Amino acid sequence: MKANAAYLLHLADNAVVLGQRNSEWCGHGPILEEDIALANMSLDMIGQARLLYQLAATRIGGDASEDRLAYFRDASEYRNYTLLELPHNGPLVGYAVADRDYATTTVRNFLYGALMVLLWDGLQKSADEDLAAIAAKSLKEASYHLHHSRDWLIRFGDGTEESHARAQAAVDHLFAYSEEFWSDSVAESAAVDAGVGVDLRELRSAWDALVDETLTEAKLARPEVKGYLPSGKNGAHSEHLSYLLGEMQVLARAHPGGTW
Amino acid sequence: MVDVTSDVVERAWSALETVTDPEIPVITLRELGILRDVQETDAGLQVIITPSYSGCPAMGQIEDDVRSALEQAGIPAQVVTRLAPAWTTDWLSDEAKVKLRAYGIAPPQQTRPDVSVLKFMRRPPANEPVACPQCGSTHTLVSSQFGSTACKALYKCLDCLEPFDYFKPY
Repeated sequence: MKANAAYLLHLADNAVVLGQRNSEWCGHGPILEEDIALANMSLDMIGQARLLYQLAATRIGGDASEDRLAYFRDASEYRNYTLLELPHNGPLVGYAVADRDYATTTVRNFLYGALMVLLWDGLQKSADEDLAAIAAKSLKEASYHLHHSRDWLIRFGDGTEESHARAQAAVDHLFAYSEEFWSDSVAESAAVDAGVGVDLRELRSAWDALVDETLTEAKLARPEVKGYLPSGKNGAHSEHLSYLLGEMQVLARAHPGGTW
Repeated sequence: MVDVTSDVVERAWSALETVTDPEIPVITLRELGILRDVQETDAGLQVIITPSYSGCPAMGQIEDDVRSALEQAGIPAQVVTRLAPAWTTDWLSDEAKVKLRAYGIAPPQQTRPDVSVLKFMRRPPANEPVACPQCGSTHTLVSSQFGSTACKALYKCLDCLEPFDYFKPY
């Protein structure tokens, strides 16, 4: 049984976009250990994305390759969650300049990490053996990532007045974007119907429990979410993705096929 | 009668016996569990390797090192990367763990397949303390779960006060 390429691209795009976004901290981390930690996690996610793009390329056939899929698709062709493309600060337009906020980074990593531990765990049993193999590897990495973001979220939330306020502001800003996890996409429905994908709605109660338990321990409040449903996984992105891809893709597009 | 098949497989194994990890030159790829198998197939000899971490930047170097060791020994073979079963630090031999410690890296403890990831997240089990590879003290502290390479965490010893790398269970 083989997963459709669109499902693999959704998973790959998630990993590469957050990997690229978090790598912005490389050389700018708040402390040396966090600088190294974020770079390591980005490396894991870009590695996961490569495995998924390579697999998708074999499913697509023709001249598809991991580089073509990562570097030569435009923002509207990307299928990542909107949550993952947002900058490391509060709500601002794409060209605005702002200091990166580590609480925003941490909250995003936690919300996504809590999902991915559950999703990779489910995908280990996928009827697509190649995808199951990638999931089994990625799960080990995702559990270290979740451990990291969960530790820091508790430290921030149950920390100083300043760290608590910033963590709560980040939770309030980002939580609505997690609603996208539970919404429909054609690629996911097809994968679930074929027995190769996981229906995320079945993971929701476990995700809720993990998130609620952590927020409680962090003395943070879970905001009420209503009215807004992002749809990055269907290709409708915020303006931030094209800036991110612009930086990520410029070299490959300026020198197509270049090697060193 | 000479068994030609096993001969070339054996020669490949022995040619690869001395190929070490590019980052940790005291242990071989076989001891690390990265070098999985050597197989005779219809398409010729295949050497199977598996990545440690998904994004480990050393994998390209490792593949090149394997290829050039085989070329030097005059053994035509294809290097194939296989993901399943996923690499685990439990594959490190006892001998490799002794070498790691002597090199200044605390070897990985056994992984706990019985503890599901989710239970692990909610209530991390009390791991055995990691012993300092310099002085042997178990009075140590984790500085960061992420270290100089993807496979290592950063620790410090509270007795001899030396920082050290811990090869993370994976």
